[in-house]
Amino acid sequence: MEKAYVEFSKEMKDDGYTILCPTMLPLHFEMLVNIFRNHGYNVVQLKNQNANVIAQGLRNTHNDACYPALLVIGQFIDAIENENFDPHKIALLMTQTGGGCRASNYISLIRKALAKSGYEYIPVISFNVLGLEKHSGFKLDLKIILESLYAVLYGDLLMNLSNQCRPYEVNKGETDALALKWTEHLADEIKREGVSYKKVKQNYDLIIKDFKKIERIKDKKVKVGVVGEIYVKYSPLANNSLERILLDEGAEVVVPGLVDFILYTCHAMHTDKELYGDKGIKYPLIKMVYYWILKKQKDMLNAIKRDGEFNVLSAFDHTQTLIKDYVSVGGKMGEGWLLTAEMLELNENGIHNIVCTQPFGCLPNHIFGKGMMKILKQRNPEMNIVAIDYDASASEVNQLNRIKLMLENGREALRKED
Amino acid sequence: MNIYNVGIDIGSTTAKLIVLKNQEIIYSSYERHFSLVKEKTIELLQKAKEYVGENKATIAISGSAGMGLAQSSGIDFVQEVYATAKTVKLWSPDTDAVIELGGEDAKIIFFDSGIDERMNSTCAGGTGAFIDQMATLLNVTTDELDELSLKHRKIYPIASRCGVFAKSDIQPLINQGAKKEDIAYSIYQAVVNQTIAGLAQGRQIKGQVLFLGGPLYYLKGLGQCFKETLKLKDNEAIFPKEGRFAVAIGAALYGSENEKAIDLAEVIDNVQKSKKVLSTDKILEPLFASREEYDEFNERHKKDYVPAIDISSYAGDGYLGIDCGSTTTKIVLLSKDKEILYSFYQSNEGNPLEVLKNILLELYEKMGNQIHIKGSACTGYGEELIKEAFGVDEGIVETLAHFEAAKHFLPDVDYIMDIGGQDMKCFAIRDGAIESIILNEACSSGCGSFIETFAKALGEDIDAFAKKGLFAKHPVNLGSRCTVFMNSSVKQAQKDGASIEDISAGLSYSIVMNAIYKVLRVSSAKDLGQNIVVQGGTFLNDAILRAFEKEIGGNVVRPNIAGLMGAYGAALSAMKYKTSSISTKEELKCFSYKSTSANCHNCGNNCQLTINTFANGKRYITGNQCNKVLGLKNDSDASNIYEFKQNLLSSYQGRPGRRGKLGLPMQLSNFELYPLWYALFTELGFEVVMTPLSSRKTFEKGQFTIPSDTVCYPAKLMHGHVQTLIDEKVPYIFYPCLTYNIKETGTDNNYNCPVVAYYGELLHANIDDMNGSILLYPYLNINNHQQLAKELYDCLLPYFKDLKHLEVIRAVKRGMAAYDDYRRLIEQEGERLIAYARKNNRRIMVLSGRPYHVDKEIEHGISKLANSLGFVVVSEDSVYQLAKENKVKVLNQWTYHSRLYKAAYFASENPDVELVQLVSFGCGMDAITADEVKAILQKNGKIYTQLKIDEIANLGTIKIRLRSLIGALENRGE
Repeated sequence: MEKAYVEFSKEMKDDGYTILCPTMLPLHFEMLVNIFRNHGYNVVQLKNQNANVIAQGLRNTHNDACYPALLVIGQFIDAIENENFDPHKIALLMTQTGGGCRASNYISLIRKALAKSGYEYIPVISFNVLGLEKHSGFKLDLKIILESLYAVLYGDLLMNLSNQCRPYEVNKGETDALALKWTEHLADEIKREGVSYKKVKQNYDLIIKDFKKIERIKDKKVKVGVVGEIYVKYSPLANNSLERILLDEGAEVVVPGLVDFILYTCHAMHTDKELYGDKGIKYPLIKMVYYWILKKQKDMLNAIKRDGEFNVLSAFDHTQTLIKDYVSVGGKMGEGWLLTAEMLELNENGIHNIVCTQPFGCLPNHIFGKGMMKILKQRNPEMNIVAIDYDASASEVNQLNRIKLMLENGREALRKED
Repeated sequence: MNIYNVGIDIGSTTAKLIVLKNQEIIYSSYERHFSLVKEKTIELLQKAKEYVGENKATIAISGSAGMGLAQSSGIDFVQEVYATAKTVKLWSPDTDAVIELGGEDAKIIFFDSGIDERMNSTCAGGTGAFIDQMATLLNVTTDELDELSLKHRKIYPIASRCGVFAKSDIQPLINQGAKKEDIAYSIYQAVVNQTIAGLAQGRQIKGQVLFLGGPLYYLKGLGQCFKETLKLKDNEAIFPKEGRFAVAIGAALYGSENEKAIDLAEVIDNVQKSKKVLSTDKILEPLFASREEYDEFNERHKKDYVPAIDISSYAGDGYLGIDCGSTTTKIVLLSKDKEILYSFYQSNEGNPLEVLKNILLELYEKMGNQIHIKGSACTGYGEELIKEAFGVDEGIVETLAHFEAAKHFLPDVDYIMDIGGQDMKCFAIRDGAIESIILNEACSSGCGSFIETFAKALGEDIDAFAKKGLFAKHPVNLGSRCTVFMNSSVKQAQKDGASIEDISAGLSYSIVMNAIYKVLRVSSAKDLGQNIVVQGGTFLNDAILRAFEKEIGGNVVRPNIAGLMGAYGAALSAMKYKTSSISTKEELKCFSYKSTSANCHNCGNNCQLTINTFANGKRYITGNQCNKVLGLKNDSDASNIYEFKQNLLSSYQGRPGRRGKLGLPMQLSNFELYPLWYALFTELGFEVVMTPLSSRKTFEKGQFTIPSDTVCYPAKLMHGHVQTLIDEKVPYIFYPCLTYNIKETGTDNNYNCPVVAYYGELLHANIDDMNGSILLYPYLNINNHQQLAKELYDCLLPYFKDLKHLEVIRAVKRGMAAYDDYRRLIEQEGERLIAYARKNNRRIMVLSGRPYHVDKEIEHGISKLANSLGFVVVSEDSVYQLAKENKVKVLNQWTYHSRLYKAAYFASENPDVELVQLVSFGCGMDAITADEVKAILQKNGKIYTQLKIDEIANLGTIKIRLRSLIGALENRGE
């Protein structure tokens, strides 16, 4: 079917067009951006997070569109107008999963917003692995995919270790400085040497060793898991700096990694074969990719386990089994069953306090987040979950008040344990 | 343990303080803080000091508005629900459950098996502040409201989810003359339902229940309503005398665990020294930088005025215009030269008939024998009621009345924006005709009455409050969504230490931004037009007018009669009459009316009617969805596909079968696929039980198991349907999970929305008590017959061991054939209706949405209303096959939506077809479809009309919109 969209052409790439991408996970994205730059894409991760981002989002997005769409659009428009880019020499990059959640339509919402503001000529590149849209100037080859995947694994490792060090560090700021040092180093190393998996595994050990050196106090802090819609869960812009709030309240934050979401996406694609009898040569391939990535995740987790200093959550294939008797793996729109699974995963690993984040009115979370809380609490009375909706106008006081209630209960449980 | 413990609880509206000595209360205080949190706290602490004396005391603060203060003054903070639980555990250990209402929070704590605390989500505003707001609406104090409630006889359904919705339910009741006593209690019932449904979510509230918090302490009727609804005995419902202080006591107890006791003088000192911190992100430009700017502004706006002449100096013909709005009644009397002889603007105090009668009597008094009314017209919310009651010559749609009036000030006006007490109306004008009409949806209110209620809550009158904002130096950015959110935003600003001046100016900006970016949805204010007239009472407020000009970056015209434009336009329209039928002075004097309520039994809808009978014998009935009650024949039978579909679906009646009963809850995807499942399961030997079309009762039946209060109404109704089947002991209930829907041609994919697709999962996880019934929610592939047969076989075999695979294959074949037949019937009927409309020269409306919008409780009788206005009604899924084009700019991957886009093209391709889109509140998908459908229509020069529907639909407003649409079409010569 014919689709009217501006293509990102080979010429544009060669012409050095700046490709803007939104912020979600600063650590992960920094490395990814560097990898893409190495491959000749002039990618820039946007860092603008001011009030104008939200104002622009409100101005250019439908009242009921979900909050991540609003923020991403706001961030793009704000950057185009207030940062020194030549609008005729930029393109925007956005992921597109093609799932049944409305997030698949972010791309069209961005295009509409651009057209409204007179920028209809700016190409919007769909970052997807399904071939939903084609751009001759933006092709994912195996090498870049591989490098990106390693960057995600690195990112997950750094995020995990940082979360376990930051609340306990004696010298304030040491953890973040170390994470940043590693991010830069790894990006640089990939640029110089490319990637070899052997090297990646060596790096795991070196990273763990380095983090162990951070001087930490031995306090027992209340642990809080953060799950939810992927953008709101990770992006401080979207969740009003949830991690910072929890840290300030004296909690240790636990956030499941991004690679789980990638594995979930593969797994979800494969369910069409298992549940609906779909046939096609893509399925064996998907399965292969799934097992291959899973192995990589386990290698990373094992590196931490082997060392023994830090905690790990479960590998994806185990997490997946936890939803038995709760939801089916057929529930695959948005975060789908993974959301329920991650809450159970956290609980199983001793993290009973959970913030479930979602944009206001998030459709899949009606089912797999809020919809599952009753049964989760019924069967696991120790679980202490609070659902927080995020939105341009949601009051931070109300959010904070509910988070505080969750924390008080968490602290009380911790006192009882002692 | 320290002897003295001080606990402070600062909520959204009140501050509470408790001093404990050896765990006995020696001092307590409960006061409104009018948002002066810091000052009030110091005042309370000074009083406490008198009791504590020179002794040291522990201290802790609780409450949402206390959070900021605790932080800046270094006092311990404790979360309020946690504090309440502490109090209850110590002082009333036998309690099973606590219900606590505060200014803006509602909480339930269960104690019976482990502590389980619930708080209302951020969306469900309401409770204390909500009751205050409703009292204002009825023009009574909160105490009076309570007294009224105790004398109620009848309960009206009022939407319980959020304040804004409830308001749009109450307003028509007031306008229709329902009794205040009944409305008062109905408001309580709404609060009670909201609390129980939203917080308990299926967990039963029983045993000894403690009622806490200010509202439940003061409002006896509210307590009674809770007691009755929960069916509690006298000794089970406990309203302790310290109920208001539970949080403060808890805070004191929390502090008592602390070793750190300090001198209160030191605490007071710390609070006094604590700084107000404002984050710079949230500050807007001042409305006026200087007094000079303000003077220039005043000069400019003085120019737009209608001359007024003294009524006593005029003799001759007069023309009367009446605008009976949602909160105010306005009248204008014009001379034959269009000068204003008399005008009046008054709150209708919940009783528009009485108010207008008095206004008219006063007017007649002033007119004496010199002036004779030659023509009269009325418009607005109460148009029909007023027309019937007082014999007014003409009723005109308010949009047209406003256009009439605006033209008078600016003949080439191309944009009119009207913000009234309850509603916002905006219309773009092109070539002398209204091109598009936008009204605020129930969600994005935030209009005039909002700022008024706010002023009152802060202890100010509206004029003084608004004036304060004019010269505010740092207006706060309060966001721009619905009222409920604004309440929270103000709370946030208070926490940040913003002044009343800055909040006032911020509210003015909010209202304007809400209007421009949320309701009108323009990306830049410049898109509105070149010649803008702003009107409505709200714009008489200089702060709001100024905020509007600042936001659009240009000047606009605000007539001096901004608040009277509807009435003025009506009066202009009345000038075409030569003699008037309006009630004479004598008729007015003996005017009286009686309002009674009744139920219409002409059909299954059982509409709840309010019948106003006037002294002259005329009757005016409201609440009816169709014309049957008026003794008129319903025309809809032959021209409404909604009825056709309803009838067609209920014709699939199950017959007893060897495998027993299987129930299909009639909601969501079952509305599309019912014929498939019906034929399939009948073939397999089941007696298929279909739940009847939804009603309000269906919702109430299932509301206790709804986990997410922001999900769409159709999904919420699902719970009631399943409960119906459980109650009827139907052994198997079938609602399959369908990631993929039926494939349509020319699309990218064929998904269902996540809610439709996976609601079975949610039902399974939230309905505890199935009473022996089994919920079947298999994942199915309905696009592959073989696969479908296999999956159904696997699903059913555990329960029916004798089932044969071959049998299921045959049944699937039957089912698919039945589905195809059904689709064909719908499409044929669509085509027949179009031919019928063309033959009879009638307009065609594609009332489009989703298949489940056919449910009466979801469409709220809108299809019949459209019929009564002359439209032949078809649906998107009955005409989409006729569209020629199908090009969309979005990912076209949901089956229902792809039909919608095609239907929009069909409307675009045919001059006699209009499209009206029904959108369920909370439907995230329609954020995408609405913009796309609008783009398709507007590209082809069509008017786009969207109706937002939820638990309630305000048929009055919808009627205005549809009539305006017709008016606009007529103006365009279509």
